[in-house]
Amino acid sequence: MIEVKKLTKRFGLKTILHKLDFEVQRGEFVALLGPNGAGKTTLLRILSSLSRPTAGKVVVAGHSLPNEAAQVRAKLGVVSHLPLLYPDLTAEENLQFYARMYGIPHSQLRITEVLQLIGLENRRKDLVRTFSRGMSQRLAIGRAILHEPEALLFDEPYTGLDQDASEMLDKVLKEIASHGRTVVMTSHDLIRAEALATRFDVLSRGAIVASINKNDLKNNNVLDFYKQALGN
Amino acid sequence: MNEKTIDAMTAENRPPSAAVGQPSFIKATLAIIHKDLAAEFRSREALTAMLTFSILVILIFNFALDLNIDVRQKVTAGVLWTTFAFAGTLGLNRSMAVEKDRGCMDGLLLAPVDRSAIFFGKSISNLVFMLIVEAITIPLYAFFYNETRIFQWEFIAVLLLGSIGYISVGTLLSAMSVQTRTRELLLPILLFPVAIPVLIASTLASGAIINDARLPQIVTPLNLLIAYDVIFIAVSFMFFDAIVEE
Repeated sequence: MIEVKKLTKRFGLKTILHKLDFEVQRGEFVALLGPNGAGKTTLLRILSSLSRPTAGKVVVAGHSLPNEAAQVRAKLGVVSHLPLLYPDLTAEENLQFYARMYGIPHSQLRITEVLQLIGLENRRKDLVRTFSRGMSQRLAIGRAILHEPEALLFDEPYTGLDQDASEMLDKVLKEIASHGRTVVMTSHDLIRAEALATRFDVLSRGAIVASINKNDLKNNNVLDFYKQALGN
Repeated sequence: MNEKTIDAMTAENRPPSAAVGQPSFIKATLAIIHKDLAAEFRSREALTAMLTFSILVILIFNFALDLNIDVRQKVTAGVLWTTFAFAGTLGLNRSMAVEKDRGCMDGLLLAPVDRSAIFFGKSISNLVFMLIVEAITIPLYAFFYNETRIFQWEFIAVLLLGSIGYISVGTLLSAMSVQTRTRELLLPILLFPVAIPVLIASTLASGAIINDARLPQIVTPLNLLIAYDVIFIAVSFMFFDAIVEE
């Protein structure tokens, strides 16, 4: 589903990603772990075509980047710590706008489905500026899955969420994963990552330094694996 | 969340409602215009700021200038275009800041649409805001300055052409400046030098119309204005993609 070979990304003289190799199979839920500044967000921005690679090969859903960016974007959903929503539009208007931008036919039906899925159907006519952080994040997920993408990229989706909102997000993510969608999620929350992901990759100093399937984890302890990968 | 609802959303029983197709250039442009107008007419943040600024400027000029008939004829075009240029930067800044602050620009860039549709959508919404401000400011100017010669179709045509050129290059440069910390300062610094040809041609043509000039006297600035509009739109169209990409 996602194939990255010898990916390098530089901003000026600073190298953020250095000859990174990364592969995700269809239906996998990969937790991308790593300290701040490791290059997790940069990798996701390149996979989502928001940033161009300096060198290397990137193929997403059978399309290479950056040449086939529009095709990749049609098959990807992206959720970041920012909601990517307009505060002066209602939840429904936000989804209608994105439905038009993705060329979704029968969008009203799909919008209702998505609002039900994220538990915001009763708030569909409310302005997004009146939403809590947790509700905004759920609507952001609704925006990302509106066009039924083959793969989803989550960049720190739990940032700024309280316990209740995080648990609600857990349910939505589990529901999404149960549909066999490919998911790549960056997170500092190892407990949540452990509960959701089927594979854990550790990114450090611009390269993947360790990778393990959930079934191969010793005592199901992702923290030990993470510390070991970083040499702590 | 309703568990029954989630159960009902399995891939098997979900109706095939969301098959994605790339929307056409025009549909994407219209979607952005509709979104911008709906958001602005609800919040009225940009329009309020632009209108308040415009009215204050024409009032200040009214008090500051000795307004006999000769002076009035000479300054009208300059006062109006100065007002619209500065008010325009407020709208341009606000329009792009809305996209940047909550990451919405990324949302636009992630859609499978031609990125020039984003440029045209944002430009047309900005133009609509500027034309609304002009439509309200001009009658007020006519009232305060007792100047009715601005209600001529030639003057309105120049206003439209000047606004198109100013907004097209302004939208491009605001997409650039919004990525910096000093965006409110940077936009006018970048925009005014680039937009000078449009502002000069607009002021010359508007001034000539107010002073009852005949058509041959307006042809040169009018042609200049049309040429700059075409150039600015073409250049913005070509470079917008490169500017919004990291």
